[in-house]
Amino acid sequence: MARAVTTRRKSLNTILAWAVGLLIFFPILWTILTSFKTEAQAIASPPIFLNFNWTLENYAIVQERSDYMRFLWNSVIIAGGSTILGVIIAVPAAWAMAFVPSKRTKDILLWMLSTKMLPAVGVLYPIYLLFIRLGLLDTRGGLVVVLMLINLPIIVWMLYTYFREIPGEILEAARMDGATLKEEILYVLTPMAVPGIASTVLLNFILAWNEAFWTLNLTAVDAAPLTAFIASYSSPEGLFFAKLSAASTMAIAPILILGWFSQKQLVRGLTFGAVK
Amino acid sequence: MYLKHALRAATALTFVATAAAHAQSITIATVNNGDMIRMQGYTDKFTEATGIEVEWVTLEENVLRQRVTTDITTKGGQFDIMTIGMYETPIWGANDWLVPLEGMSAEYDVDDILPAMRNGLSNDGTLYAAPFYGESSMVMYRTDLMEQAGLEMPEAPTWQFIREAAAAMTDRDNDINGICLRGKAGWGEGGAFITVTGNSFGARWFDEDWKPQFDQPEWKEALTFFVDMMNESGPAGYATNGFNENLSLFQQGKCGMWIDATVAASFVTNPDDSTVADKVGFALAPNSEGVDKRANWLWAWALAIPAGTQQEDAAKQFIEWATSKDYIELVAENEGWANVPPGARTSLYENPEYQKVPFAKMTLDSILAADPDNCCAQPTPYVGIQFVAIPEFAGIATQVSQEFSAVYAGQQSVDEALAKAQAFTAEEMEAAGY
Repeated sequence: MARAVTTRRKSLNTILAWAVGLLIFFPILWTILTSFKTEAQAIASPPIFLNFNWTLENYAIVQERSDYMRFLWNSVIIAGGSTILGVIIAVPAAWAMAFVPSKRTKDILLWMLSTKMLPAVGVLYPIYLLFIRLGLLDTRGGLVVVLMLINLPIIVWMLYTYFREIPGEILEAARMDGATLKEEILYVLTPMAVPGIASTVLLNFILAWNEAFWTLNLTAVDAAPLTAFIASYSSPEGLFFAKLSAASTMAIAPILILGWFSQKQLVRGLTFGAVK
Repeated sequence: MYLKHALRAATALTFVATAAAHAQSITIATVNNGDMIRMQGYTDKFTEATGIEVEWVTLEENVLRQRVTTDITTKGGQFDIMTIGMYETPIWGANDWLVPLEGMSAEYDVDDILPAMRNGLSNDGTLYAAPFYGESSMVMYRTDLMEQAGLEMPEAPTWQFIREAAAAMTDRDNDINGICLRGKAGWGEGGAFITVTGNSFGARWFDEDWKPQFDQPEWKEALTFFVDMMNESGPAGYATNGFNENLSLFQQGKCGMWIDATVAASFVTNPDDSTVADKVGFALAPNSEGVDKRANWLWAWALAIPAGTQQEDAAKQFIEWATSKDYIELVAENEGWANVPPGARTSLYENPEYQKVPFAKMTLDSILAADPDNCCAQPTPYVGIQFVAIPEFAGIATQVSQEFSAVYAGQQSVDEALAKAQAFTAEEMEAAGY
């Protein structure tokens, strides 16, 4: 009897999980489907789900109009660069906060997180002027630094949470064996925190990939990433939903594929230490 | 031997680098719409003729506005040409942020630009941006539904007729709404439409002392009329409908009438996208009986050169090419007269071939009926029809249109919205020193 109840509950949970998953994924699925429709089919009412003449015309038009590979390469450099730079800075910071905390550590962590509450547009002009002075406008290097700074509080917080799960005694033992600080972080702490670091890297890569305020405002031609590519297909005067969907699908495809292959790592990292 | 090869390679590379350094290139920020995208496709012809390379930065209208405003106010120098509208041009021109478009060639024929467009893109008589295409607003209606209703659309209808016709054409069982209008918040969306509706009821934004006028009876009459008519004959959820949503409804045969930008005429009459392409008629935007002003606006997307660009001459060359009579002919030759950028040049409307396009005459009549220097039945201190050409307007009108959209959504009354609009506008104008 108990086993039957458990099985039924399991089935219900599975159905519920699938339903929630599909609900969350539906807008992406709809975007992908719309990208294969004509503009007239894209706005049809009632909406057409699958029964339409599938066409690749929108992809051909987008490919002809835009240099997709240039935008993609910029996205890879900017998202990858800002994530790597962020982790390099955040690992020692999180180590210090997790293993050598001071009275003010919690306050510092909260203060770091509070910077995320500042609306980005509030600092647009200072940053823009700074970029003009430093010659960083429309450069990938400039965006790498800005996105790294924006995501740094999240990286530090995530790593701090993972590092707190690692027993300090292990690091102490390494120190007693003569490990220097660098060796302690590189050869003892980092290997133990690989799942946490991996999920931090993945999450921040996704955040940087999707960032659409600074990437639109600080770029023009040379450093414009995929967010600018999508923005170029959005129009308030004219129905270009099918083309916009094709551009969106092309922009999200790399990150979807990355997410698909790394989902195990991502889930493991995100739930690391969640259940004690 | 190796040294010789290396020297040769270095010399060749130096030549390539020098040549590259001399290749002139301009960067243009623009909006994503059919005419602009078409122009991008012909850019190679400009490069072939002049040797000037063109880089495009295409952005959504609101993003573009923010992007170019940031760049021009900080002298960022990211763009050599900016696509801006009638709202920005006189303000930026007055601030010396734009290069005056003087000394254009005789072939360019600057006097051929429609006077309304030229005035709207000038400050103190100096032209600061060249119109690529221009638009007004007009009534687009279903000829078959009008006939079924036993009515005939006059060339210059009144709001009272529009309301009557909308009620007669509404068929809820078949999902046909008598009229579709913008209700979406935003100064360029529903804000623009309710402003011209107000003008056509005798209302105005400010009196001659810059005092807001939302507490006057004309605004109450206009807003009440609009809400009542839309509740009777408009689509459900019109509070969130903008240009694209209404275009979609009209193209699918779900609107009896749609009053919006003249540029929409080419979309609704295009059989590839519209199910009612052969059943569309056009009329002037309406006025309320006894009011001498119609609900038609005036807008142009124009090309301007930001002050401080290093490529002023090349940018001017491009503007001359893109807004010339020759460019219009180039598009007509390749894609037909219905696809040329409308509303910018007088000669286009004198062309017998273009006169055959069904919406050509009404577009011109609508543009000619709009006067930015004289928007309203009562005197005003400002220039602009669907906007007030002062820097504070965009922020104020966005807030005011949000209050009005809340009325359309049934969240507050007309009186509440007008009182809030009056208080907010008065406060902002006082803070701005008016």
